[in-house]
Amino acid sequence: MPRVSFEHIVKSYGGLNILEDLNLSVDHGEFLVLLGPSGCGKTTLLNLLAGLTDVTDGRIMIGERDVTELDPKDRGLAMVFQSYALYPTKSVRGNLKFGLSAAKLPREEVARRVDWAAKLLQIEPLMDRRPSQLSGGQRQRVAIGRALVKHADVLLFDEPLSNLDAKLRTEMRLEIMRLHDELNPTVVYVTHDQIEAMTMATRIAVMNGGVIQQFGTPDEVYETPANLFVAGFIGAPAMNLKKGHIAKANGGVAGVFETGERIVLDDYAFARAPEEGAPVVIGLRPEHFGAPNAPIGDAAGRFELPLQHTERTGSDATGYLHWGDGLLSHRVEPGDAARLRPGEKISVAFPRGKANLFDAASGERL
Amino acid sequence: MTQLDVTEAAAGATVVRNQARVRRRKGLNGRSIAVLVFLTMCALFFCVPLYVVLTTSLKTMEEIRQGQIFALPETWTLEAWNFAWNDACSGITCEGLKVGFWNSVRILVPSLILSITLAMVTGYALALWEVKWAGTFLFLLFLCAFVPLQIIMFPLIAITRTMGVYGTIMGVAVVHSVMAMPVLTLIFRNFYKDIPREIMNAAIMDSGSFWKIFVEIILPMSGNILIVVLILQITNVWNDYLVGVTFGGFNTQPMTVNLANMVTVSTGTATYNVDMAAALLTAIPPLVIYFMVGKFFVAGITAGAIKG
Ligand SMILES: Nc1ncnc2c1ncn2[C@@H]1O[C@H](COP(=O)(O)OP(=O)(O)O)[C@@H](O)[C@H]1O
Ligand SMILES: [Mg+2]
Repeated sequence: MPRVSFEHIVKSYGGLNILEDLNLSVDHGEFLVLLGPSGCGKTTLLNLLAGLTDVTDGRIMIGERDVTELDPKDRGLAMVFQSYALYPTKSVRGNLKFGLSAAKLPREEVARRVDWAAKLLQIEPLMDRRPSQLSGGQRQRVAIGRALVKHADVLLFDEPLSNLDAKLRTEMRLEIMRLHDELNPTVVYVTHDQIEAMTMATRIAVMNGGVIQQFGTPDEVYETPANLFVAGFIGAPAMNLKKGHIAKANGGVAGVFETGERIVLDDYAFARAPEEGAPVVIGLRPEHFGAPNAPIGDAAGRFELPLQHTERTGSDATGYLHWGDGLLSHRVEPGDAARLRPGEKISVAFPRGKANLFDAASGERL
Repeated sequence: MTQLDVTEAAAGATVVRNQARVRRRKGLNGRSIAVLVFLTMCALFFCVPLYVVLTTSLKTMEEIRQGQIFALPETWTLEAWNFAWNDACSGITCEGLKVGFWNSVRILVPSLILSITLAMVTGYALALWEVKWAGTFLFLLFLCAFVPLQIIMFPLIAITRTMGVYGTIMGVAVVHSVMAMPVLTLIFRNFYKDIPREIMNAAIMDSGSFWKIFVEIILPMSGNILIVVLILQITNVWNDYLVGVTFGGFNTQPMTVNLANMVTVSTGTATYNVDMAAALLTAIPPLVIYFMVGKFFVAGITAGAIKG
């Protein structure tokens, strides 16, 4: 079974290490998303896998084959590019056919595959057009078609949706997920958009500064972020992160924020028993807060703070409270949000067992 | 300015639109006078000599001897044109300019094919593939582009002699190609440099073949720059005198050399009408090319590889 693995990958440009001893492997049929901010090395990693750039050191395996030294066309991959990269002088059909030119297939097989892809992606009426005569969404479909006709075991995507408008992006997201369900290839998908990552991935590798920060399922990455970077990067609105310290009292453990509030941490699954007074960063997701000014049964902490403003994003709304020198964001029902007035003091409760704790010095999860 | 006018007009306020129109007309008037004067002077500068050459070539020698060079011909005749093309003497052969014309064509075709093919493939390799020492090579090309022919003339004569092409049509064509290579390669390389990296990456993953990618993807994108280079090169080669007179053999000299010999070496009285006709005949081919593809030339200079 093709399984893609990067082993001790080093990549440097002119003495500057972009990737350093990177290890990552993904099983057959998985949908791996490489997620990270711009410039963190995602494209570099993908290009190394595709063979478009050479590794400085390390090994890349696809299945049982060591492909590190192979030419791109011999690696059994297909790729969809951010700018679509369609051949401007070829028709849609010509674009799809050229995708097969390394394969040396009989003519009937080429025609059969092109028709198959055209049907699958509903681009049959466009087959004789030039790329310049297509809309962005149509170009993206053709680019995906050009990758699919190769019947490659591994499909690579480099931010394929970032040039589309929001509505088309949602549509194409579903489309790519449908194709993955139907054809079940191994996918390596690069994006900086966490919504794409959360919705499409079976596994997410969160990257920053050329280092994989966390590798896990979307739920794992969201529920138990491995460090402060992942905690701050995943989730919108972002997790509230505030410095504080550990306080132990009559058998229980609590966190004390630098602003004075306390939060009960008895239900927190510590990897190691915490020390009294240890400096930590406590992370609270906005959506875990209870409704404003309403008591909740199992509150771990309560915050009484003045409201700065509320923000409505369609089906959701977020309140922002002044908290020390920063803000505390908490989800509110859109209906409630309309009733809250800026400056008004609001009380929100945070439930037990939901807080995230990080070591203040290293940023690692406790 | 135009952009502003458009936005204003789009705003839909009639007053604003009227103001914009007035302003535009006024501006055009002020400038257009200066432009018109300048253009008229330019036109005169070029047209008066052209008029004299053209009318003289259509006159008989008796008329010319009367010395009224600005007068229209009394009897219009193509006699001089016919003589220049078929019978005029250049050196000891008296077969007219047609010999030189066909020599020029036979020089032009192989030199175009040779120089453009070589420059195109080299430019493609330098711009889109990883070539060792590409930077150094480009720098050398850049330097070579500034070396005048006179400096390397004698070595070139020696080289073409050793190759056995000195004094032949092929010899002239090869020298033209060599001289044009640096500039043409740089032109192609800069044009191909603008082809998006991702298109090249896609082609490498799809095919991986240097030649297949060139023929199927890159060549079809090169139309604009090909027109530009073709015109440059046709004009260069056709109007060349020095290479032709140095490397051309006795019967393989291009039209320009043919013309020069005809005008300077002919014995007895100068036949101005024949000379003028011959000069015009020599100038016609590049003109025809300009008229045919001139509009693509401008488009080609300004356009990149990718449209829309
Ligand atoms: N050809 C190159 N030469 C030098 N540095 C490069 C090259 N390609 C990428 N980089 C550097 O590598 C880093 C990662 O780039 P990239 O992989 O494109 O990031 P991402 O795709 O995550 O936005 C960036 O800092 C970029 O400047
Ligand atoms: Mg990128």
